[in-house]
Amino acid sequence: MGSNIDLIFKIAGVGILVAVLNSILKHAGKEEQGHLVTLAGLAIVFMWVIQLLANLFDQVKSVFKLF
Amino acid sequence: MDIMQIVAIGLIATVLIVVVKSQRPELGVLLSVAAGVILFLLVLSKIGSIMDIIKDLTARAEISMVYLGTILKIIGIAYIAEFGAQICRDAGESAVATKIEFAAKIMIMVLAVPIIVAVLQLLLKLVP
Repeated sequence: MGSNIDLIFKIAGVGILVAVLNSILKHAGKEEQGHLVTLAGLAIVFMWVIQLLANLFDQVKSVFKLF
Repeated sequence: MDIMQIVAIGLIATVLIVVVKSQRPELGVLLSVAAGVILFLLVLSKIGSIMDIIKDLTARAEISMVYLGTILKIIGIAYIAEFGAQICRDAGESAVATKIEFAAKIMIMVLAVPIIVAVLQLLLKLVP
């Protein structure tokens, strides 16, 4: 339960951090690195969300006997 | 009070999604997926206990477990498909959402065919 709500905060934190880093890098004239930061943030969050989704699918499978 | 917890998680997630989405729409989508999964996981254990009661009632009414299993499977498919389709529609991809719903309808149809056949056979038995 506690780790569950943590994930929402973690994703929002990554999102805000990526947005800030992106604007800083854009001002410094390093647009390519800004794109890479965006991509890295997206990949990290994707890993978390996919694990969560796998957990959801497993639980739905066991509750509704979908095998 | 679980409902307070659920509403609180929903409200916090909504505010964070609005903040993140204005800067990074793709992370906003992932955030809404995570919020949806967490909220559903919180109620899934309760659904499990309701299912146990329904199973008990079915056994007491001496209805075949095959029918209950089919109904449960249909509910599960409908929920998962609805979940995916809503997320696609939220992200503006109505075409993908429609295809997911179509696939779910086909899957449900496949599961329901044995019951339809059983009903038809019963009808044929009744008609002399």
